[in-house]
Amino acid sequence: MLAKRIIPCLDVKDGRVVKGTRFTDLRDAGDPVELARRYDLEGGDELVFLDITASAERRPTVVALAAHVADVLFIPFTVGGGIGSADLAGEILRAGADKVAVNSAAVRDPALLSAIADRYGSQATVLSIDARQQPGRTDRWEVVIDGGRVATGRDAIEWAESAVARGAGEILLNSIDRDGTKLGFDLGLTAAVADAVGVPVIASGGASSADDYVALFQRTGADAGLAASIFHYGELTIGGVKDVLAAAGIPVRPRERALA
Amino acid sequence: MIAIVDYGVGNLASAQKAFAAVGAHAALVREPTGLRQATAVVLPGVGNFGHCSRELHRHGFVPELRDARARGVPMLGICVGMQLLFDGSEEDRGEPGLGFFRGSVVKLAGVPRVPQIGWNAVRKTGDHPWLRDVADGDHFYFVHSYAAEAAEDVALGTVEYGGARLAIAGRDRLLGVQFHPEKSGANGLRLLRAFATADAGVVVSGRR
Repeated sequence: MLAKRIIPCLDVKDGRVVKGTRFTDLRDAGDPVELARRYDLEGGDELVFLDITASAERRPTVVALAAHVADVLFIPFTVGGGIGSADLAGEILRAGADKVAVNSAAVRDPALLSAIADRYGSQATVLSIDARQQPGRTDRWEVVIDGGRVATGRDAIEWAESAVARGAGEILLNSIDRDGTKLGFDLGLTAAVADAVGVPVIASGGASSADDYVALFQRTGADAGLAASIFHYGELTIGGVKDVLAAAGIPVRPRERALA
Repeated sequence: MIAIVDYGVGNLASAQKAFAAVGAHAALVREPTGLRQATAVVLPGVGNFGHCSRELHRHGFVPELRDARARGVPMLGICVGMQLLFDGSEEDRGEPGLGFFRGSVVKLAGVPRVPQIGWNAVRKTGDHPWLRDVADGDHFYFVHSYAAEAAEDVALGTVEYGGARLAIAGRDRLLGVQFHPEKSGANGLRLLRAFATADAGVVVSGRR
């Protein structure tokens, strides 16, 4: 059985992790590579690095980040945040990332998705969607961009379908309504998108307990659940989440044997 | 020297770094004649079978790969690189594979999501010296929309995804894996280490 994936997300600015971490014994808690290794050891199935550097000088940092992570990490990882061209996507992939995630730039220019997918394959092309429920509607979600600041008027389900047709091989679906609330994943949104597309969906936003993950996988077609702060601050461990999932009969990747 | 065939396809840095992590030196080889010095050959591949096959031919690697195979140089095909070891693929019927294994590659059907992306358990159905550290049920990372169907007895492992799909094929000095060992954590590194040590000239120090 294909295992459901647990994916920690690291926010990176100028090459440094910006959110807190519980790994107090780290030599350098801001080092994305050191943190990535910890999550790998804990059983993270993949990692997502979200680059939130605003400056124009971010390009070399984000490529270097991918290269450094690939030196030490032998599980898949995705780099996202501000990727606006197939050339930059290619640099990041050649540095060792497995996938790139595009968001606002793809909404502005959907041809970006096909440009990346044509050159590097759909398996390397992740569409990240920030979606917000439309007022008074439980079955409609709007795409928002630029970190949730700009509403597009575009329907999230329709956008997901059209992005897959253009070559997106995976959807990273973030609920703006649930983000940071600890109210659990947005099951309605996730189920609607996962039912609409034939590619894997990674749910994001709102997770605060292992039970939230159980609900996600029992009640939606999501393949993976992403979370950031709950893992960083130690409210949950990946192994703990997997134990609860396994007990609920949900397939997970077991703890691996050390290399030795 | 382990040669990673560099024909412009795929994430080769990861494979190279994974070999480095198990203490083996692997070089990206762009010149087909570079395979003549290789003590082992890795054939990667990602994306479309036809594109990979065309590029492999266009870069002139096919005769050198056949020669290396004939000389018994240890060879490992990864993902579409594994599929290329077969006769052909329904993804692009006009493009031949290398034909080292009899059989062809078919689209994953009868499954809710294609591609299969993620970790799945491999059931060992046969053995091979390079699988000595792979345990039955070990999880590996898969990304694929097609899978090979062997027409001869070379299946060594299967993965359950809408039916038992071929995950590992092999015979003497030749192994193909549908998953990505370079992205499968310690399980993958163990397999790469076993492959690397098929060549006695490789120093293995082991670190992670």
